[in-house]
Amino acid sequence: MAKIKVKHTLFFEFVKGLWDESPVFRQLLGMCPTLAVTTSAINGFSMGMATSFVLICSSVIISIVRKLIPSQVRIASYIVVIATFVTMADLFLKGNFPEISKALGPFVPLIVVNCIILGRAEVFASRHSVIPAFVDALGMGIGFILALTVLGTIREILGSGTIFGFLQFEPMVIMILPGGAFITLGLLIAFINYLKDKTKREEVAPACPVPYGSGASEVK
Amino acid sequence: MDLLIIFISAAIVNNFVLIYFLGICPFLGVSNKLEKAFSMGLATTFVMVLAAIVTWLINNYILMPFNLPFLQYVSFIIVIASLVQFVEMFIRKTSPALYRSLGIFLPLITTNCAILGLALLSALREYNFIQSVVFGLAAGLGFTLALCVMAGIREELDLAPVPEHFKGAPITLIIAGLLALAFMGFAGLISG
Repeated sequence: MAKIKVKHTLFFEFVKGLWDESPVFRQLLGMCPTLAVTTSAINGFSMGMATSFVLICSSVIISIVRKLIPSQVRIASYIVVIATFVTMADLFLKGNFPEISKALGPFVPLIVVNCIILGRAEVFASRHSVIPAFVDALGMGIGFILALTVLGTIREILGSGTIFGFLQFEPMVIMILPGGAFITLGLLIAFINYLKDKTKREEVAPACPVPYGSGASEVK
Repeated sequence: MDLLIIFISAAIVNNFVLIYFLGICPFLGVSNKLEKAFSMGLATTFVMVLAAIVTWLINNYILMPFNLPFLQYVSFIIVIASLVQFVEMFIRKTSPALYRSLGIFLPLITTNCAILGLALLSALREYNFIQSVVFGLAAGLGFTLALCVMAGIREELDLAPVPEHFKGAPITLIIAGLLALAFMGFAGLISG
């Protein structure tokens, strides 16, 4: 009985990242890479993979050492862990996929300050044991990959007239320019709000979590 | 002349928020009131200039001579985080009035990717010291400009009949898209 319950909660932790608490569409986290690198489906997918790798590894590590870190220096410690994995991901991309690494540019190192990772570390990994932390990070990571790939696909179809490099027709160049990114994401979130409305609609606050306990409520 | 080009390029033509997508979180989060947006912009500009100075020194006097560029990300982010903490403490001690208006925004700045982006970009472009400082100042002012324009529009937007599902983030993103299009009009000012 207990086992079933554990499984159920684990399953819940996994699924929530895909839709209910989708990092991009519902929580509005990690907007900078979401908007910047989704000029094509493959770029969005690679960025999602890199971010998920860092998210999963750092969640696991933080969850393992969570009792050793004094709470005053926890943010700094989390950032060191995250930055280490980001360096690994960056070197891996540079070595094996130089073209993708070039296309993503400074947004690979900027995974360090991606609010999704710090947010999950603060909200989840620092309070749960390794397995739930891993499952939660996996769900959030896949949710992020999905969001970036969807956005990248839409912008690639409309902006370049291709899907993952195939298909050809007259493109609307605006969609791969910065303006198109904002507009596409705005429309997508509105559409998801519309779908959500049929069940239950909660207000989502458009801001990154402040990783410092205080301040968050005042800033709003 | 060179400095002027860097300044205009970073502040307007390649605006950090609208063209490079750096610092989107505060752009969406703190842009509902003009006054708040202005304070946030100034605080960010201040930290950006400091961060440009400090990361340039670290990059050129520690990381490069010892051939440690792979430590760039770790060292930059730690320096920025501690810098923000330090600035916060310093302002709280020296000027309580300034602290009241800026203080609550300062912790937010650590997770602002515009700061780290600035440090990485100026390292990538191999700017010299003066160029880095000008780049930092211009990027900060550009950030303030984008934030204030957005806040001004959003204050008016409170009175507009926005469709139910577009309320909040979606309409803000769409306005940002239109602003980004408008800023593309500056693209001809500078090539490259």
